[in-house]
Amino acid sequence: MKYLDEFRNPELAQRLFDEIRGVTTRPWAIMEVCGGQTHSIIRNGIDQLLPAEIELIHGPGCPVCVTPLELIDKALVIASQPNVIFCSFGDMLRVPGSSKDLFRVKSEGNDVRIVYSPLDAVKLAQANPTREVVFFGIGFETTAPANAMAVHQAQQLGLRNFSMLVSHVLVPPAITAILESPANRVQAFLAAGHVCSVMGTWAYEPLVERYRVPIVVTGFEPLDVLEGIRRTVLQLERGEAQLENAYTRAVNRAGNLPAQQMLADIFEVTDRGWRGIGVIPNSGWRLRAAYRDFDAETRFAVQNIHTEESALCHSGEVLRGLLKPNQCPAFGKACTPRTPLGATMVSSEGACAAYYQYGRFVQREDSAVYA
Amino acid sequence: MCLGIPGQVKEIYESGGVRMGIVDFAGITKEICLAYVPEIMVGDYTIVHVGFAITQLDEDSAQESLRLFAEMGVLEEELRAAE
Ligand code: SF4
Repeated sequence: MKYLDEFRNPELAQRLFDEIRGVTTRPWAIMEVCGGQTHSIIRNGIDQLLPAEIELIHGPGCPVCVTPLELIDKALVIASQPNVIFCSFGDMLRVPGSSKDLFRVKSEGNDVRIVYSPLDAVKLAQANPTREVVFFGIGFETTAPANAMAVHQAQQLGLRNFSMLVSHVLVPPAITAILESPANRVQAFLAAGHVCSVMGTWAYEPLVERYRVPIVVTGFEPLDVLEGIRRTVLQLERGEAQLENAYTRAVNRAGNLPAQQMLADIFEVTDRGWRGIGVIPNSGWRLRAAYRDFDAETRFAVQNIHTEESALCHSGEVLRGLLKPNQCPAFGKACTPRTPLGATMVSSEGACAAYYQYGRFVQREDSAVYA
Repeated sequence: MCLGIPGQVKEIYESGGVRMGIVDFAGITKEICLAYVPEIMVGDYTIVHVGFAITQLDEDSAQESLRLFAEMGVLEEELRAAE
């Protein structure tokens, strides 16, 4: 119980754990979709404090982790061009491509910059009219409105030297793919709170009905996660399958309508490859034809990318919930945050990085047998 | 990069036709795009992700989250700007 006093309200945390323990009669496998929640779970030892029957399967909700290798390699080629200022969120710099990472490209003397917001990249394009400014537009539905606004602004400003390398991914099609997989063990989902702040919760209603699977919209703080798990277990034990919102302070059914409007203007749905998982139909957004001028893949026509994943890395199995990070032979040995072999060891939302950061070098002794 | 950080809106203005503002995150202030929260006012709390306010939040939950993020040491990391 050494972690319990780290909750901001240990008594409440204790009550939630007690209640979960009290109602649990059977093994359940619950997936937290979002990497931010994985981080919270591992940091606070929530998985270790839960009854042994409850297994938390870490989902693919880390945008840095699932950005396809081919796109990372394209980013590396574009960022290496002499007239380019390549802008990215900081987490992407250490993500291994086939042969190197953006950090390496930067240290080779190329102009690679970390920006806080995609609008910073638009400003850079304004300030450097003779340079090509390329922004690496990755992320889930939470990040997409920001990237859409950057493209919208660039168009309004008539910028000809701004483009975006787009790799947006969407949560509901990923949940569908997991449920459709023959190897699936997930019986319920914690949905990602801030994705729902933007998109609302309505898109999950058909999933709950079609697959009879409980989905609970959950926040990121330890108590939020615990409350999400409590509600999920209650549903599972009662044999119910409902969409519940355990994060009402930031999420409603409709979501953020101005943001959704902008997204619909700028992006359209496309099939998208997920690193370690493969192509998931209709699981991403790309720029609409009207904005193709701003598409870095069109502008730089990067061809003949030959991708090569590390032979040692099992991040695909980690991302599909088939393997816990500390079951990977390279974990903590050949692969550490300083020497990452896979993207899941890079971002703080990656499951491997979370396990490393919080010292999870061995599995809990009473852990369930993993399939 | 995926966390949303709560902050308090200190100032609202237009810049190039876009609703922008200054948001305070436990002492760190940044320019934030407010285009997606058209009803937000000075003094209100909001969740900010990569420079964009995505939803409003009440003050108590905002303060709690901020305290937690600061403890986790992720506040600086999430807000770090261009070098
Ligand atoms: S520990 Fe490293 S090598 Fe193993 S799956 Fe995770 S990222 Fe890949």
